[in-house]
Amino acid sequence: MGIRFILMVNKQGQTRLAQYYEWLTLEERRALEGEIVRKCLARTEQQCSFVEHRNYKIVYRRYASLFFLVGVDNDENELAILEFIHLLVETMDRHFGNVCELDIMFHLEKAHFMLEEMVMNGCVVETSKSNILAPIQLMDKTS
Amino acid sequence: MASPSLMDTLFQRTLDDIIKGLRHQQAGESAFISKVVEEIRREIKSTDLHTKSIALQKLTYLNSIYFIDMSWAAFHAIECISSPNFSHKKVGYLAISMSFNESTSVILLITNQLRKDLKSNNEFEVSLALDCLSRIGTADLCRDLTPEVFTLLSSSKVFVRKKAIGVVLRVFGKYPDAVRVCFKRLVECLDGTDPQIVSAVVGVFCELASKDPRSYLPLAPEFYRILVDSRNNWVLIKVLKIFAKLAPLEPRLAKRVVEPICEHMRRTGAKSLMFECIRTVVTSFTDYESAVKLSVAKIRDFLVDDDPNLKYLGLHALSIIAPNHLWAVLENKEVVIKSLSDDDPNVKLESLRLVVAMVSESNVVEICRVLVNYSLKSDPEFCNEILGSILSKCCQNVYEIIVDFDWYVSLLGEMSRIPHCQKGEEIENQLIDIGMRVKDVRPELVRVGRDLLIDPALLGNSFLHRILSAAAWVCGEYVEFSRKPVELVEALLQPRTSLLPPSIRTVYIQSAFKILIFCLHSYLLQRENIADDMASEMLGLKSQGECSGSSALVAGKAPARQEQDEGFNPRDSNKSYEDLSIINEGDVSALLEKGFTHESIVNLLNLIELALGPLSGSPDVEVQERSKNVLGFVDLIKQEISNGFVSERASKIIDMVHDAFTEELGPVSVNAQEKVPIPDGLMLKESLADLDAICGNVQLPSSISFSMGSPFGESVGASVSIPQSKEESEPSSESTSLLAEHRKRHGLYYLPSEKNETLANDYPPANDPKSSDNTNDDAQDLVKLADKSLLPKRRSNHAKPRPVVVKLDEGDVVPFIAKKSDTRDDLLSDAVRDILLGVEKPDLGNPSSRRSKHRSHGKEKSRKSPEKKNSDEIGDGEKEKQKSRHRHGRHKTKQRAEGPLNVAAQTPVIPDFLL
Repeated sequence: MGIRFILMVNKQGQTRLAQYYEWLTLEERRALEGEIVRKCLARTEQQCSFVEHRNYKIVYRRYASLFFLVGVDNDENELAILEFIHLLVETMDRHFGNVCELDIMFHLEKAHFMLEEMVMNGCVVETSKSNILAPIQLMDKTS
Repeated sequence: MASPSLMDTLFQRTLDDIIKGLRHQQAGESAFISKVVEEIRREIKSTDLHTKSIALQKLTYLNSIYFIDMSWAAFHAIECISSPNFSHKKVGYLAISMSFNESTSVILLITNQLRKDLKSNNEFEVSLALDCLSRIGTADLCRDLTPEVFTLLSSSKVFVRKKAIGVVLRVFGKYPDAVRVCFKRLVECLDGTDPQIVSAVVGVFCELASKDPRSYLPLAPEFYRILVDSRNNWVLIKVLKIFAKLAPLEPRLAKRVVEPICEHMRRTGAKSLMFECIRTVVTSFTDYESAVKLSVAKIRDFLVDDDPNLKYLGLHALSIIAPNHLWAVLENKEVVIKSLSDDDPNVKLESLRLVVAMVSESNVVEICRVLVNYSLKSDPEFCNEILGSILSKCCQNVYEIIVDFDWYVSLLGEMSRIPHCQKGEEIENQLIDIGMRVKDVRPELVRVGRDLLIDPALLGNSFLHRILSAAAWVCGEYVEFSRKPVELVEALLQPRTSLLPPSIRTVYIQSAFKILIFCLHSYLLQRENIADDMASEMLGLKSQGECSGSSALVAGKAPARQEQDEGFNPRDSNKSYEDLSIINEGDVSALLEKGFTHESIVNLLNLIELALGPLSGSPDVEVQERSKNVLGFVDLIKQEISNGFVSERASKIIDMVHDAFTEELGPVSVNAQEKVPIPDGLMLKESLADLDAICGNVQLPSSISFSMGSPFGESVGASVSIPQSKEESEPSSESTSLLAEHRKRHGLYYLPSEKNETLANDYPPANDPKSSDNTNDDAQDLVKLADKSLLPKRRSNHAKPRPVVVKLDEGDVVPFIAKKSDTRDDLLSDAVRDILLGVEKPDLGNPSSRRSKHRSHGKEKSRKSPEKKNSDEIGDGEKEKQKSRHRHGRHKTKQRAEGPLNVAAQTPVIPDFLL
């Protein structure tokens, strides 16, 4: 499966984006997000960005007030996932121009489309920023 | 609910309005949300698709962020995707992706719409449908849409083809038969020149291969080419993952691939690729010395890096390689040990694993000492991690690394006293296990058990109760090694045992009983001895001529008794012949110093009677019953031994009970039960349903009413526990200093038991963490210790030889339960193998024929799909050679296949040019 889920959570622990690649019920989701927020947000800058959780790993990175958390299988490459997070942020930066929490709140749909361009079935399929953004910009233009 | 009015439609709030509204809500967020959901429920019924889609969009948002249920809107989402307007479609597809799952009843209604969109000329519509299918595809959907996906796999638009490849993974997973249709095209994509396509398809193969690597061995040449040619780190990482899975299956492949991997390691600047190379080598290429050396050098770079991520990953890589190449850990031991006091719990945990991996027979004592010191200073969680890993390491392979069991047993005792210790269950199991397996350690075990039992402070810590239970059992079972059995009885019956749960109290009572029996038996022997002595002296006086014979009799009192014991205990005789004699000699010496007198025995009996008396009314059946038994016995004996005279009957009873208890308990194999033959006529599988009819009107007593039933019919409750604690205090005239001191401090047995509970926490912690030593010293110590283990120490002459550890022939390990692989995965790998190896439908009747079949002549044609292409595209001279070799190789494969079938079945088909 590779990537199991992608979460964006703000400093207060509120979910700002949640994309799952396996089906979870609302209750499971709520529990999972709660656990993860408790586990990851308390960690300091000096600690590493990988947390073992249940039977998989969470790779996370903080950008300003927003935490990007990616749940991955145990044999997934942690550093590559960090790069993936960075790529995601850069892509959003390019599209929104200095992306912030509000951008994601008000353009959640777009953020989902970007993720869909990048990840399918938990596999990273696209890593070029312009390729990711091309269809989204086109959609913007037409609508 | 009313249908939406025009007002609703005209003044519908957009998603932005909702988000703004939510941002302005300070407290009443949930009230606001339920109001919005109420609106949505109305709006979504609108016939106007625009209104509907906005309502759906809002609902999707609330679902995604605020966990609002949207399963009820499934049908509305389907309506939205059938809209000709792209923006409605977009909203509908997103909602479906987020909320549909296998149990959504209307899911099959979207099949046609998906098909329509997959065939659409608008590539964005196609993309929406593909994304949706990749998220929610069920077996039915995947089956029905396989033809469309197949077509899209060769779409001229890269954007679409890429996504079709991504979907394939879901389709294969849900509907394995799709492999027969799509697999060839997927393989062709590997050859593609478009990097986007290659990237996507490698990702798919990486996932497929992780489930069933063997099936993808034939594709190794393609992957190899990508490994060598590609410069895209994402792709390389995926290919490395594939090879990490394939290499262990085919040594010739590993040999070929290891060099390119090292090349990447030397060349790359990307840490992620570097780490993947390292991980690939340490997991799958551990036989290649130079590759391992190179990756250990790179791991070192990670370890000394300031970035905590790299440090963590370095440690992680070390722990992967530790089982095969311990030298890699030892080389980096300083970093490893320093990390034990890192800020990051994850780093600490990794380094703990490594430290434990370094433990060997020669350094186990020292490393455990340092680890225990660390645990005293750690937070509770890490403390228990440390203790847990010490315990599991030491008991590995039936205590393989332990030579000095006396030391280990006292370490267990020490660990029990660590304030944060929550490993009661493991320590309990090990104490008992060691007691049963290692005869030589029993005296020390009893000593450790005594120290634990006698400390009243420990009874207040509920985490230790299970350890105390083991200690009580050990002391009862091996009481013959105890110096002061009476002291043990006092400890077992001390007032604070009321803090124990009933299940453990019963162990205490039983152990006290065993010790009592031992004391009585020793007392009897002692009396007999004196009688014997007197008799033999008289004999000696009588006739001088028989002097030699009688002196032998005098000297051989112990053996004589031993025979007697054997007579009593014939089953035991051959296995514990020596043991018994040792025990008996021990008895003799112990008896002399213990010196049971009639008075001390009577005191002991009184003590037990006093302590257990109140328990005969205990609300717990087990406690009640056992104490009743003991009391009955005490009562009986008391009558029989009055006035310093032991009746024949009493000594017989004591002998018999004693014999029952001296029967040795050995370790029992986990499979033992299976070996017991089922007696004839016993129907295990018979349905007990009939029993209901028979027992229908008999009300089984509930456990509560059962346990409350006191034999005296008195009301059980607080009123009982008060006198109980009072009376319990009185016995124990000769107690140890600890007990005495404790009693002096708290006259708590005169208080009601509720007070008892609250006071439980007043005891000082069993063991104060040492404040004097600091972490750095420990780290230094440990470095030194690990140094020692670096030296190839031969089995040094230990002062004591390793005692015998009883092992069972089998069944010391929990039987391995073969994991049933998912049938769907099986289907998938079967299908893939069939395609790659060119087999027709697997012959279900004869599984072995399936593999052999693929070499038959007729199938040769279909096999060429991956390879033929490869050779077709090759142009230059160098590759020309490859081509001929390739053909040759193929020829050879064919030839080989015609050889003995069993050989062929072992070797997966890889074109030889790679090997």
